Amino acid sequence: MEIFGVPLVALASQLVLGLVNGSFYAMLSLGLAVIFGTLNIVNFAHGAFYMLGAFGAFFALSTLGLNYWVALIVVPLAVGLIGILVDRGLLQWLRGLDPLYGLLLTFGVSLILEGILRDAYGSSGRSYPRPPALNGVWNLGFMVLPISRAWVIGVSLVVCFTTWFVIERTKLGAYLRAATENPSLTQAFGVNVPLLVTLTFGFGVALAGLAGVLAASAVQITPLMGSNIIIAVFAVVVIGGMGSILGAILTGLGLGLIEGLTRVYYPEASATVVFVIMAIVLLVRPAGLFGRA
Amino acid sequence: MAARIGLFALVVLIGIAAPFLGLYPVLLMKLLCFALFACAFNLLIGFVGLLSFGHAMFFGSAAYAAGYAMRSWGFSPELGILLGVAVAALLGLVAGSLAIRRQGIYFAMITMALAQMVYFIALQAPFTGGEDGLQGIPRGNLFGVISLQSDLTLYYVVLAMVVAAWLFIARIVHSPFGQILKAIRENEPRAISLGYDTDRFKLIAFVLSAALAGLAGSLKALVLGFATLSDVYWATSGSVILMSLIGGIGTLTGPVIGAFVITGLENVLADRVGSWVTVVLGVIFVVSVLLFRQGLVGSLKRFWPSASRKPATAA
Repeated sequence: MEIFGVPLVALASQLVLGLVNGSFYAMLSLGLAVIFGTLNIVNFAHGAFYMLGAFGAFFALSTLGLNYWVALIVVPLAVGLIGILVDRGLLQWLRGLDPLYGLLLTFGVSLILEGILRDAYGSSGRSYPRPPALNGVWNLGFMVLPISRAWVIGVSLVVCFTTWFVIERTKLGAYLRAATENPSLTQAFGVNVPLLVTLTFGFGVALAGLAGVLAASAVQITPLMGSNIIIAVFAVVVIGGMGSILGAILTGLGLGLIEGLTRVYYPEASATVVFVIMAIVLLVRPAGLFGRA
Repeated sequence: MAARIGLFALVVLIGIAAPFLGLYPVLLMKLLCFALFACAFNLLIGFVGLLSFGHAMFFGSAAYAAGYAMRSWGFSPELGILLGVAVAALLGLVAGSLAIRRQGIYFAMITMALAQMVYFIALQAPFTGGEDGLQGIPRGNLFGVISLQSDLTLYYVVLAMVVAAWLFIARIVHSPFGQILKAIRENEPRAISLGYDTDRFKLIAFVLSAALAGLAGSLKALVLGFATLSDVYWATSGSVILMSLIGGIGTLTGPVIGAFVITGLENVLADRVGSWVTVVLGVIFVVSVLLFRQGLVGSLKRFWPSASRKPATAA
């Protein structure tokens, strides 16, 4: 069976690959949206934290002998902790200033992290051996689905929608939204707002770290992988608007899919399609798909 | 005013004498190109309040266009540069009309994303030489008569162009048009309520800034004889921000000083510390944002107020 001259099997496998990429976009833009919501900062270093997650998994296996499943828990926590240090040590001093300064500061942080990793591991890629449990495929009849890809998509969906649920539907999320809306009033009600804000930043960064661990076994690990993806994620964020958690998730996944489709039908444009869509959205709906004007 | 003109004349004299003070002309020209690039960038952030995180797209695309025209079509340097500036201005018109549809932080992200798109196009397009870049761009003869083979001749041509461009920027900033730009920076809703079509002013400023960045890029291609992917890369957009930041955003001289400091530093560090250059730049970025948001010139003006222009007494 063919669709527009492309065999269904090939199309489906590219779409799955697109969804894998979309999962990373979704997790990263979700983290960016959460951080922007509470701290009013666009975290350029988000890409660097994603890269740290991938190298963290590599380091955990090669140097510490920790396997993939341990890394999946430990590395995001460690990356989140680094994020908290960055917030307490640096970003804290920029509260109340124009968010552009936050962008510039985190850009600097990202240069530092990238430079250190490049010194330690060189510019060329490393690959992370896939854990045995994720080898193998599922035969779905119309396509063959590698378990490793299904795993990345599955974990990211669960994590993204759990985050959405916690923020939009639980008491903790209500505190968080209150702290975003009116920090001083929330503080007056006895909520420790600075702690909440720092923990949120840590959580957002840990999400990037988790995406990095998931990416470790899916793509080549290089010091530049973070800045390469973060700029595409910025385009995703411009398309979706940072106001909506669900919007960030859906836009991320959707653009991954579109990228996958482009790779099938017009491979030359697969690197640029996200940016082209951003330009079109800006022309048609300047506030973004889920944004409020 | 007389003191300022005197200072300007002194700086130009130093510029004219620099090659005889033992400084390598090619390095001086590189410094001048980046100084112009930083001034062009600063025109937006400093005087309109728009942070473009993708100015490398104008610098790089002009370098490619000028380089390609001079190498493959045999354009003379002045026509090559003109084409580079035109390409950058056109790209600025397109990118600017998209980016000004959103404000603040989104503006920065849109420009960054568009620049990344230009980067990917440069990576794939048949005429840019891909990973190798455009190599062996000839210097040719200016106006068909003045040979630019000698570094010294080329240096004076570049110096003249950069000084002219700097004066042009100073003229823009001090013109009534520049006053409106500053009004937009300070309070855009108020500028709108005064009847100014602020989007149009922002777009004009964006195109001017892009064209001047393109001039810097074309000159760089002419001076170094190559245009590569690093000219359109996000790291270049980042380093021009850093130049303006440490020199002093919103000052006319700051970006020049910042460009000299950063380019000089990169030059000194490159062979000694390897990939730690990135780390050093990152640390400077962090420290400048945290402690030094006024930049060198900005701080100087604060501690030595007589160096800045006194506010007009008559309203």
